[in-house]
Amino acid sequence: MQKEGQVRIPSGCAIVGAIDRSGGTICGGDMVRAIAVMHDRSNGLGGGFAGYGIYPQYKDLYAFHIFYAGSSAKETCERFLEKHFDIVNLSKIPTSPHPRVTDAPLIWRYFMAPLPNKLARCQLDEREYVVRCVTRINTQMKGAHVFSSGKNMGAFKAVGYPEDVGEFYRLDEYEGYAWTAHGRYPTNTPGWWGGAHPFALLDYSVVHNGEISSYDANRRFIEMYGYKCTLQTDTEVITYIIDYLVRRRGLTLEEAANVMAAPFWTTIAQQEPERRERLTFLRQAFGSLLLTGPFSILVGFTGGLMALNDRLKLRSMVIGEAGSRVYISSEESAIRAVWPDLDRVWAPRGGEAAIFTVKEGA
Amino acid sequence: MKIDAQTTDPHQLPRLIRQAEGAVEVDHCLGQRFLGTALEAGRTLTIRGVPGNALGAYLDGGVIEVYGNVQEATGDTMNEGKIIIHGSAGDATGYSMRGGSILIEGDVGYRAGIHIKSYGDKSPVLIVGGAAGSFLGEYQAGGLILVLGLGCEDRAPYGYFCGTGMHGGRIVVRSDHIPVNLPDQVVPQDLTADEIEALRPHLEAYCEAFGVPMSRLLPHRFYALTPNTKSPYRQLYAMS
Repeated sequence: MQKEGQVRIPSGCAIVGAIDRSGGTICGGDMVRAIAVMHDRSNGLGGGFAGYGIYPQYKDLYAFHIFYAGSSAKETCERFLEKHFDIVNLSKIPTSPHPRVTDAPLIWRYFMAPLPNKLARCQLDEREYVVRCVTRINTQMKGAHVFSSGKNMGAFKAVGYPEDVGEFYRLDEYEGYAWTAHGRYPTNTPGWWGGAHPFALLDYSVVHNGEISSYDANRRFIEMYGYKCTLQTDTEVITYIIDYLVRRRGLTLEEAANVMAAPFWTTIAQQEPERRERLTFLRQAFGSLLLTGPFSILVGFTGGLMALNDRLKLRSMVIGEAGSRVYISSEESAIRAVWPDLDRVWAPRGGEAAIFTVKEGA
Repeated sequence: MKIDAQTTDPHQLPRLIRQAEGAVEVDHCLGQRFLGTALEAGRTLTIRGVPGNALGAYLDGGVIEVYGNVQEATGDTMNEGKIIIHGSAGDATGYSMRGGSILIEGDVGYRAGIHIKSYGDKSPVLIVGGAAGSFLGEYQAGGLILVLGLGCEDRAPYGYFCGTGMHGGRIVVRSDHIPVNLPDQVVPQDLTADEIEALRPHLEAYCEAFGVPMSRLLPHRFYALTPNTKSPYRQLYAMS
């Protein structure tokens, strides 16, 4: 098949997220039913989910989900993993044959901890060590692609409609405190398994509806910091921007949102002095990470979800709240399909980060 | 005729509505798009639930009443008729409408009334009971957008960039607040008592549709936003 750069496919997408702020569990099957309502926003070229809190029995280990094109790629990659990690458990990710999800690669899952000696010797922070291992596999090992690498979370994705992908991965067997889901209508790149959303690095995952016109400017900047955009898709670069700003530069998620969806200068000028100064600083310091063009994204992270629209709000996104539960979706209908009784339905403003976290200690 | 949307093929639903005779009621609506498209005069459609995008697109004289919230692009390019929403509406409501009216009990999202225009003897009316998002009346070329601001008395009931690119028509707001950041393409001016009186049929339509007493709307300060001919629109997106 033709891959990124060989073909351009012109054309929306659908996103759904759910979180229980008291730490209660939400079944993956509910996410499948919700995203299915927005079937017509996708075209069958990609669907995916990210679940948080789904691996409590291995919560202190990095869970790698890896696609392999064949057994030799698997052998090469596993030799690398054994040299860098203590693999506590490995298995195929359970799937059910599905008539509309075909050409599946080999899909494996590893629960691992970095080898202590190796980690000590390279003098890297543990998470940086893991990121570098993921980058190395994804850029240097042909036929191997790590698509999930966080603790107590996991991404599941494939080519197909999202509801079919959810059934393929048997998501009704998973429970988590937070989820995101995506139905893809690829705009610039062909649909293949690695290119489906969510894009995940460590525990950050991003699902996205829209098209970032600043992709190349963002890519050039972020690649100076060791990231490699291998998929030519705007969502991948958003994932790296969040990792860079939040993990490496120590910004809060809200500040990261003020970088990616920075207000117009005219809007900044009208803010209270303190806020004006902060917004000005962020826009000046990280100007190359401003995302232009339409987007609505959901960012998953350990303990929460963030919803963000572009500053002009060129994509739809609504939030439904019911007690400790929060649901976020491209369309209200998807929320009502699974959770009909809502206390409140509202839409965040363009560029306004809506951040929901699980209560401490829950 | 009554249709249960849950047991009907979503792609057939718009056709069933169009081909039916007389009044149609759709229950358990959930995200089905293009309902009531181009519905003609004399036809009525009642929807319970949350209909999908482009409800009542190209509406041509029919009346659509929704008991629930609506999503994006309601009344897209409608020509004539009426859409009554017992709830709130999403983005781009009334996109490019050139006639008829849309009444929203609650709030409306971004870009309400974008590109609405008058045409011949037609002049569209969009009435929002609550507050609107940013870019209200963006590129407005004609017609009336009326924002009543109920439940939003402490601030202007609309967001940033109101009337950006506006070059015709009127946005009338029931509020004591005029934001300092209005784009300089629009000029605010208080309505006179006579002008408020002239609005009365629209206010009555809202009160009647949603069972709101007129005493909740009047007396109150109203002001209009109209295009500023001294500062025509240049561009927003590329420069800032």
